[in-house]
Amino acid sequence: MAHIQLKNISKTFGNHTALTGLDLDIADGEFFVLLGETGAGKTTTLRLIAGLEKPSEGQVFIDGVDVADWGAAERDVALVLQQYSLYPRYTVRENLEFPLKPKIRRLPDAEIKDRVDRAARTLRIEHLLDRKTDRLSGGEMQRVSIGRAIVRKPRVFLMDEPLSALDAKLREALRTELKNLQMQLGATFLFVTHDQIEAMSMGDKVGVLNHGRIVQTGTPHEIYNNPRDTYVASFVGSPPMNLIDGKLVNGRAVMAPLNFELPFSGGAKAGGATDGRPLVFGIRPEDVYLESGAPVEARVHDVENHGVEKILTLRVGDTTLRATVPARTDVAIEQAVRFAWNPDKVVLFDKGSGVSLRHAS
Amino acid sequence: MAAVQTSGERALNKVAIVAVLLVTIIFLAPIYWIVSTSFKPRNLATTIPPTVMFEPTISPFVKLFTKRSQLRSPPSAEEYAAAPWWERVVFDGGEKIVRDGKGQVQWSGYPSRFLNSLIIAITSTVLAVGMGTFTAYGFSRFKVKGEADLLFFILSTRMLPAVVVAIPMFLMYRAVGLNDTHLGLIILYTAFNLSFSVWLMKGFMDEIPKEYEEAALVDGYTRMEAFFKIVLPEAATGIAATAVFCFITAWNEYAFALIMTNRRAQTAPPFIPSQVGSGLPDWTVIASGTFLFLLPVAIFTFLLRNHLLRGMSFGAIRK
Repeated sequence: MAHIQLKNISKTFGNHTALTGLDLDIADGEFFVLLGETGAGKTTTLRLIAGLEKPSEGQVFIDGVDVADWGAAERDVALVLQQYSLYPRYTVRENLEFPLKPKIRRLPDAEIKDRVDRAARTLRIEHLLDRKTDRLSGGEMQRVSIGRAIVRKPRVFLMDEPLSALDAKLREALRTELKNLQMQLGATFLFVTHDQIEAMSMGDKVGVLNHGRIVQTGTPHEIYNNPRDTYVASFVGSPPMNLIDGKLVNGRAVMAPLNFELPFSGGAKAGGATDGRPLVFGIRPEDVYLESGAPVEARVHDVENHGVEKILTLRVGDTTLRATVPARTDVAIEQAVRFAWNPDKVVLFDKGSGVSLRHAS
Repeated sequence: MAAVQTSGERALNKVAIVAVLLVTIIFLAPIYWIVSTSFKPRNLATTIPPTVMFEPTISPFVKLFTKRSQLRSPPSAEEYAAAPWWERVVFDGGEKIVRDGKGQVQWSGYPSRFLNSLIIAITSTVLAVGMGTFTAYGFSRFKVKGEADLLFFILSTRMLPAVVVAIPMFLMYRAVGLNDTHLGLIILYTAFNLSFSVWLMKGFMDEIPKEYEEAALVDGYTRMEAFFKIVLPEAATGIAATAVFCFITAWNEYAFALIMTNRRAQTAPPFIPSQVGSGLPDWTVIASGTFLFLLPVAIFTFLLRNHLLRGMSFGAIRK
């Protein structure tokens, strides 16, 4: 168990800058998810903590100790990768034993057997122990990979998109399992993913990474409801937050190119000097609703039926926005509908910088 | 593939089988020739048209391994009866085996040349593949300054034909006393095979995901342990394929062996053609020497055939 801290980390590979001025604080026993697109620097961050890369600048602390001079072997972290972390020549048991047999912390045989059996029981892979790893399915392989990590009782678990290569059903199941496992072990997890659903459903805390910088760190709830900028707003959430250009005029939102107005109640929160300033209004699709007497008319551009709900794409002028409506709502494509939003849920972003006005102050 | 073949496919299949058979026969014909010649009596070796049916004899092999001299007169009946069966076939050819004062059979140069070939080919293969594996791992896993230039330099050692460097090499070897030594040929063949081994092994190393070692590093193993426990077993296929190629190259090498050695360290390739017997060349002896010379390569390749096949298609199945 450990407390991980990154201070002002930068990492460059030749001309390519992977990370700039990265600060990260992962509390002991926390499930921290690092969320970002491919190439945002997630894996690099993980490798820096594991000791597989050295930072160009900045420091890594594990339990308050600067580990700059520690090799990967000494840091006592466990790494679970998307693939390729199992040795194809070994059986599942041999793979699980492998992390317990290095010279620097070789365990007695009885202890090894005990730990392997316990991990196998936890992950329900006991029946696979004597199988070669190339005879395993994707889900079984990933279970064994996780097993390789948990047999060791490391100070921190680092997981690099461990679920990404699996099919949807399995991913969902393992997601729950992993979260349960983390709570059961009480261990510190750093989980890297590009999948915002994984981030939201598993993380105690989420850090959103964009182009090598941490954009926002917070609980999934904070990230979702109070995104720091338009990047986070559009990256987190499926479908993403609607972002509409406009202005505030006398407490009402006036969408400049679209010529529609909506009530706005957050004026006080946003500060006084917002009238007339170019803004971006952010509203979650579930906070957009259809109502016969609502202020704005739109046409239904597209309907996606998700079973529990329908996601509508509404067209106003030449812009579209998304609305999540109950599945029983009866709409047809090209039908004229009227919609409104929940004024309390609107997030204002500065048009120029993209930063939320709530975070700017 | 369709479960039921159409008549067209069946016809095509037959054509393919015939073609494969023809190619196989063409490739195996010289080998058959050598094997059959090495069991022929001397007078049937060079007949035109070639003799296909004959009574096989062991005499070429006896001649290959022994020193002989021409008989002035046929051996006496007692002498003939007292001789072991393998000596009689030599008498039949009009020769006798040379013996020393104690009656010990004098061996020909072939066994020692064969042993030289084995020592030199095996040692140089082990060295070239071993060093090549380490070098390739370094190039594959670490940032090496001027990597492209260094790799090109390694390759460039193979760019000059042997004949061009033979004379300077000979003079250098004579100056340092490496002429006609095992060490000399081992160094030469190792250097010659090293570039090949580095390039081939680099390809195999690049195919092994570095995640394997990184997982081992994180698990508490050193780079060396990770290399020996994880990388080496994964690279076994590549090592086997490279070893076969290096062994064949060293085993077959003729030009340098001819120039650099003459007695103590001479290998079989330059020795076999020098065994022309007394008078006219004895093709049966040359054929038997060649036949035995083929065996180690054939056995070695046969033992590693699975690795070799997998090695050839390594990248293809991996993806």
